[in-house]
Amino acid sequence: MDELKEVMIANDEIRTDEYLINMGPQHPSTHGVLRLLVQLEGEIVHNVQPHIGYIHSGIEKMAESLSYPQLGHLTDRMDYLSAIQNTEAVALCVENALQVEVPERVKYIRTIMAELSRLASHQLWWCVMGMDMGALTTFFYGLRDREDILDIFEETCGARLTLNYNIPGGVMFDIYPNFQRDVKAFIKKFKTKLPEYERLLSGNVIFTERTKGVAYLSKEDAIAWGVTGPTARASGFECDLRKHRPYSAYDKVQFKEILSDVGDTYTRYQVRMAEMWESISIIEQLIDNIPEGDFALKMKGVVKLPEGEFYQRVETARGEFGVFIVSDGKKNPYRVKFRSPGFSNLFAINHIAKGWKIADLVAIMSTFDLVIPDIDR
Amino acid sequence: MKAIYNYIKEILQGIWTLITGMRVTAKYFFTPWKHVTQQYPENRETLKIAERFRGEVIMPHNENNEHKCTGCGICEINCPNGSIEIITKTLVNEEGKKKRAIDQHIYHLGMCTFCNLCIKACPTGAIVMDQTFEHAVWDRTLLTKVLNKPGSKIMEGVKE
Repeated sequence: MDELKEVMIANDEIRTDEYLINMGPQHPSTHGVLRLLVQLEGEIVHNVQPHIGYIHSGIEKMAESLSYPQLGHLTDRMDYLSAIQNTEAVALCVENALQVEVPERVKYIRTIMAELSRLASHQLWWCVMGMDMGALTTFFYGLRDREDILDIFEETCGARLTLNYNIPGGVMFDIYPNFQRDVKAFIKKFKTKLPEYERLLSGNVIFTERTKGVAYLSKEDAIAWGVTGPTARASGFECDLRKHRPYSAYDKVQFKEILSDVGDTYTRYQVRMAEMWESISIIEQLIDNIPEGDFALKMKGVVKLPEGEFYQRVETARGEFGVFIVSDGKKNPYRVKFRSPGFSNLFAINHIAKGWKIADLVAIMSTFDLVIPDIDR
Repeated sequence: MKAIYNYIKEILQGIWTLITGMRVTAKYFFTPWKHVTQQYPENRETLKIAERFRGEVIMPHNENNEHKCTGCGICEINCPNGSIEIITKTLVNEEGKKKRAIDQHIYHLGMCTFCNLCIKACPTGAIVMDQTFEHAVWDRTLLTKVLNKPGSKIMEGVKE
């Protein structure tokens, strides 16, 4: 007994200290070059400090030496999974500044392409989410179905990821003759795949045990931290710009804003899954009604914006993307600021992950759907 | 008693969800002929590349070694990152009139982001995108290309 007592006294004197580990910059579940300095006590996260800047590319500074049509191809490279929406924001901003109205056909094409891009992005998010939780099968299934969308992109504008499709005044290419047929075929096929996704991952007991009731984000905190997109909508924050500030052809379609007031990891997952159905519904409403007309306005060779400040925001797959252009009347912008959704979403991670296990941190990061060039721009 | 019942029920439900997921993978496991991947290097002949695919910038020449480039330099201005360099020369025709013509249309493939702005801006349609995609070379200097062929000249009737 005495021996045991001695051991117990000795144990009391062991200092249980917090320790720091680096998660990243090279870590498979950070999906890029993101370094999280995690303060741990045992397995419990006490503090998460995101360190960024490893792939800072200075896009905002570079933009100052580019003309307005050239601006789009750089924004492609920020959030590469929402390339269409990013270029759309730039195009809309320039069009608003010049006070030109693009043809109806352009609006329809832009909306359809944006929703296809959102589908592709959510598919990739879904398969990567499964992979982060240890289910590699989802990765292959998601990428397999995403290929169909990328094929449509490739036929339409000749690229798969960095599309540079929306340009000020319209779109780069008209849709190809079989576009509608291909999109419909994809939608028909994808409608059978989405329930499969649900069967594979959504109900899985391991997945639900790790996500349900984990890492809550309240509505107030979501607003306070500037969280937008599906992440914020899972907490009940009505922030879908497609609904509240319609641009392009979003005012012509009926769709639900997916909201939930739970705000845990599983809800963030469910909101994105439900958004895919909404995207399908939006595409179905538009695809047969693309009006005839020009696919681009005739713009001047050198686009000069009037003096002033212009802001345009769009809803990308991750949240609110904003373009702020300060123009001094020359052909280059005086200053460009991008408000990227990933940056604001990332810095809420410390608030959410506190008190949860380090394995939950991986799941939280997954549901935030981080794209690192979007954060480090 | 109720607790034990719930406990066993939870376990069985958990196993059932795993089986549901396994059924999906089993479906693909037993029908692999429906879902084959592309056998890429072997299927080069049958590979279908999209017509608009942006592989690299080329300058098409006709059978008389003539192209449509006037050397106006609009593609150079429109290029966002300086992938295109235009070197012009001055030609003097029989009547003694001076005329600007292209000497070298230098294209740095290694710097190109395939944004399509040069092709969109070209007033004469002299440059187009090619569908090639296997660009790997052993030396990066090989990525700097001169698009107009040696000894080529501008087509008749192409004006700025």
